[in-house]
Amino acid sequence: MSDQHLITLAVNGDEHELVVEARRTLVDALRHDLGLTGTHVGCEHGICGACTVLLDGEPVRACLMFAVQAENHEILTVESLSNGDELSDLQQQFAAHHGLQCGFCTPGFLMLSESVLRENPAATREDIREAVSSNLCRCTGYQTIVDAVEACGQARQCGQARRQQQLGRGDESAPANQLIDPPACSSSKKRDTK
Amino acid sequence: MIEKMTHRKPDYDKGETWVGTSAVRREDPRLLRGRGKFVDDIHLPRMLHAQFVRSSVASGRITKIDLDEVRKVPGVVAAFTAEDLGLDDITAVLNRPASEFTPTAMPILARDQVRFVGEPVAIVIAEDAYAVEDGLEAAIVEYATAQAITSDEQALAPGAPLVHENAARNTLLDVSMFATEGIDDVFASAACVVRVQTKTGRQNALPLETRGIVAAWDDRERQLLVQTCTQIPHQVRTVMAQSLSLEEQAVRVIVPDMGGGFGQKCVIGREEIATAAAAVKLNRPVKWIEDRKDALTASFLAREQRYDARAAFDEHGNILALDTDIICDMGAYSCYPFTAGIEPLMASAEMPGVYRVPSYRVRARAISSNKAPTGPYRGVSRPQFVMVMERLMERAARELSLDPVEIRRRNLIVDFPYRGINDITYDPGSYLESLNLCEASLRKEGWYERQEELRQQGRFIGIGYSCFSERTGYGSDAFAARKMAVVPGFDKSEIRMDISGYVTVTTGTMNHGQSHETTMAQIVSDRLGLDLAKVKIKQGDTDRITYGWGSYASRSITVGGSAVSLAADALGRRLLELAAHLLETRLDNVELVGGGVRQIDDHLRTLSHEQLAEIAYLKSNLLPKEFSPGLSAAADFDVAGDGTFSNATHGVVVELHKGTGKVEILRYVCVEDVGVAINPMVVEGQCRGGIAQGIAGALFEQVTYDEVGEPSCASFIDYKVPTASEIPDITIHHLETPCLFTESGAKGAGEGGTIGAPAAVLNAVNNGLLLTGVELEDTPIRPESIQRALEHA
Repeated sequence: MSDQHLITLAVNGDEHELVVEARRTLVDALRHDLGLTGTHVGCEHGICGACTVLLDGEPVRACLMFAVQAENHEILTVESLSNGDELSDLQQQFAAHHGLQCGFCTPGFLMLSESVLRENPAATREDIREAVSSNLCRCTGYQTIVDAVEACGQARQCGQARRQQQLGRGDESAPANQLIDPPACSSSKKRDTK
Repeated sequence: MIEKMTHRKPDYDKGETWVGTSAVRREDPRLLRGRGKFVDDIHLPRMLHAQFVRSSVASGRITKIDLDEVRKVPGVVAAFTAEDLGLDDITAVLNRPASEFTPTAMPILARDQVRFVGEPVAIVIAEDAYAVEDGLEAAIVEYATAQAITSDEQALAPGAPLVHENAARNTLLDVSMFATEGIDDVFASAACVVRVQTKTGRQNALPLETRGIVAAWDDRERQLLVQTCTQIPHQVRTVMAQSLSLEEQAVRVIVPDMGGGFGQKCVIGREEIATAAAAVKLNRPVKWIEDRKDALTASFLAREQRYDARAAFDEHGNILALDTDIICDMGAYSCYPFTAGIEPLMASAEMPGVYRVPSYRVRARAISSNKAPTGPYRGVSRPQFVMVMERLMERAARELSLDPVEIRRRNLIVDFPYRGINDITYDPGSYLESLNLCEASLRKEGWYERQEELRQQGRFIGIGYSCFSERTGYGSDAFAARKMAVVPGFDKSEIRMDISGYVTVTTGTMNHGQSHETTMAQIVSDRLGLDLAKVKIKQGDTDRITYGWGSYASRSITVGGSAVSLAADALGRRLLELAAHLLETRLDNVELVGGGVRQIDDHLRTLSHEQLAEIAYLKSNLLPKEFSPGLSAAADFDVAGDGTFSNATHGVVVELHKGTGKVEILRYVCVEDVGVAINPMVVEGQCRGGIAQGIAGALFEQVTYDEVGEPSCASFIDYKVPTASEIPDITIHHLETPCLFTESGAKGAGEGGTIGAPAAVLNAVNNGLLLTGVELEDTPIRPESIQRALEHA
């Protein structure tokens, strides 16, 4: 118990001081020291991705990283996505497309998808499928996860385009964040069902 | 807000209902925000952490356990062996003669004998989850190793060592059933006899959340509070109480959010009981969270079966007889409450499936081996025997030069109700319609032409189908037919409207991803005309729910949902009685509508739920004389007879890649009939997720052991769970044959996807191999098998 370290973790915009053993994983520090239990542990060997968080905007497995290594980095967890009770556009798309069942893998998929869309807002369905292949879901069969991320990406693209149009007209009152597919801009790809 | 997102309230006067609507799930907001509560999210003051010293040998006698060094490790609080805890064994029983079934005991911690690698031998408890791992390292356990049984052939070989001394020939169950008179003559004189011999791989149901428990003694309640992820909270309470010599009342089981189960969590685990015992002994809360290695090697597995099946057909392709020998490798222990009979009894009773089989004979055995034990897993045996039946159909079609779809058409049950040779009555379904629609879909999309075209180019394209039905909603009659000593079946529901007009409804089922908080609320909402937002579903608390059998066997909506419906109706009658009295009119002149009760002959005279609730509690002086104050009701439901059958046809197109041996799924179409779909979005989700698990069994997942019984899959590196890259998009078509005896007309929807997928994939693969002359029968289908088959093609 001698190798205790006093560290500061910047999580979701807040700074936390905590004392941890050198071997304490980031995910354990987040969950059990900071009480941010939204990030889950599914395998502890970096395969399932349930513990995915963003470290300086990049997705990392919080089970494969020590808490002490996360000092001086900006960490974002699933708890950062919604604004109070107001779900983010991505979270809303997961609900609308039934992209979750038991919900255990969901925080990992949300953080992973968020980074995919931030990096490439124009990600195609195949890009998304490829990217979310780094996490495991046992309930959904993945299709509705891909649907949700794709719809979110398209809505963001659309919102962006509309904002630019409106800016062109000198209208700056457009909402920053579009919710569920705006009707004029609904998904051009047919959903493969029914 | 989630309800605001996509749905408005149904207009009941226009015949709109919540049932049948893809309502967005009420579970979602908390789960999406990371605000769900799973077992490992629970922290109690002074909580300790447990893990298990596990056997490193598959079979042997424990010659020494020394935990002294463990107890010296910093942070370790205690370490206990079986002797220290003195807990009763768990023994699952069938009421069958000794010639058919041998009960075997599963100790909570291994005493003298270990029977598989990973078996818990001692429990170590420490101040934190890291120190407990240090503690495990310091344990010294020595074994006199014995020869391990790692296959069914070894288990049944004369003179083989016995996994359980009282189970001769390592046989836990051996039943011979049906044996239609003259069946041998039918085979002898049939125009065509085909045979399928197959072995299916051992699989892990693999909920992403592993098993876990937080146990704490509560002095004020004089009660052990158990928070655990289980599909069967009341059965956990009973076994926990028995093992710990506590009164039933002195155990309360609460189930938080659960990260999947798929059957693995519907049996009683020994680690949970040992953890609870440690909590009582130390008088401190103790948490155990299974790590992934233990979940892969030491939890309940499933599906390792061997079939030797023959079927006789006439020259037109009509099936005449089916004769099968089934051996299920159940591993080291019999699971409670279902016993080691779970797989063989399911397979033997239901194998004829969707076909009109006039003669049937089956022998089914459960054998024990030195592997982690077997529990139920989504579909239980049906993915296997459906695969065998569908292979028999395909083989007969080849022999008789018939189209594989046509031979199925000739044999499907079309007149309902149908009394099968297996003494089961099949309620109406859409067996033929689903096959026709599935085939038509693939034809319309041009897959048959495409196959021909690509074959010309030297590519290997296969099209395959599977037809099946799935018994759901097993009532107590159906479970009793298995001769279980503990007979599950019914479900109960209690409903209470509070003074503000909101209702809380209990159900004995146990959601673990199936969306009960939404679907059950949809049912109640319609029955009472009450806003969805005002309905709360309560489950998973043995102090608040009188009794229930949990969730498995696709029973939640069929049985639990029916009990919930009836409870809502009973409350509805109370509301009508009260309203009729207050409106000073006859009972038959009032009706429930959206928002409350209205007078039939004068729609302007209404009483809202809120008004009625307020009077029922706060103005009881206004109540009719015979009306007991408050608004609550209860109901129960059981399925008499044989249950209800959901059905489906799956159609798959694959491409086989010569170089890599990869099986690529190009198209997947499922036509399913689960009766009335309460929430079609949820039904599709169950179906897709099920198919993904079925594909996993057909192509990827297998738990293997080496010759000394060491498991080769201790991580996700060795146990290949398919990702979004391997599971294709799936098109689902719905047919609806309402169930005649469940309250909402629903049939079970939880397992069908998993059942149909392996057969359809295997048939498609064999269709792709048509020109090679090779037929594959075992699953998972290995890339090297495909490579070998295509080597000279």
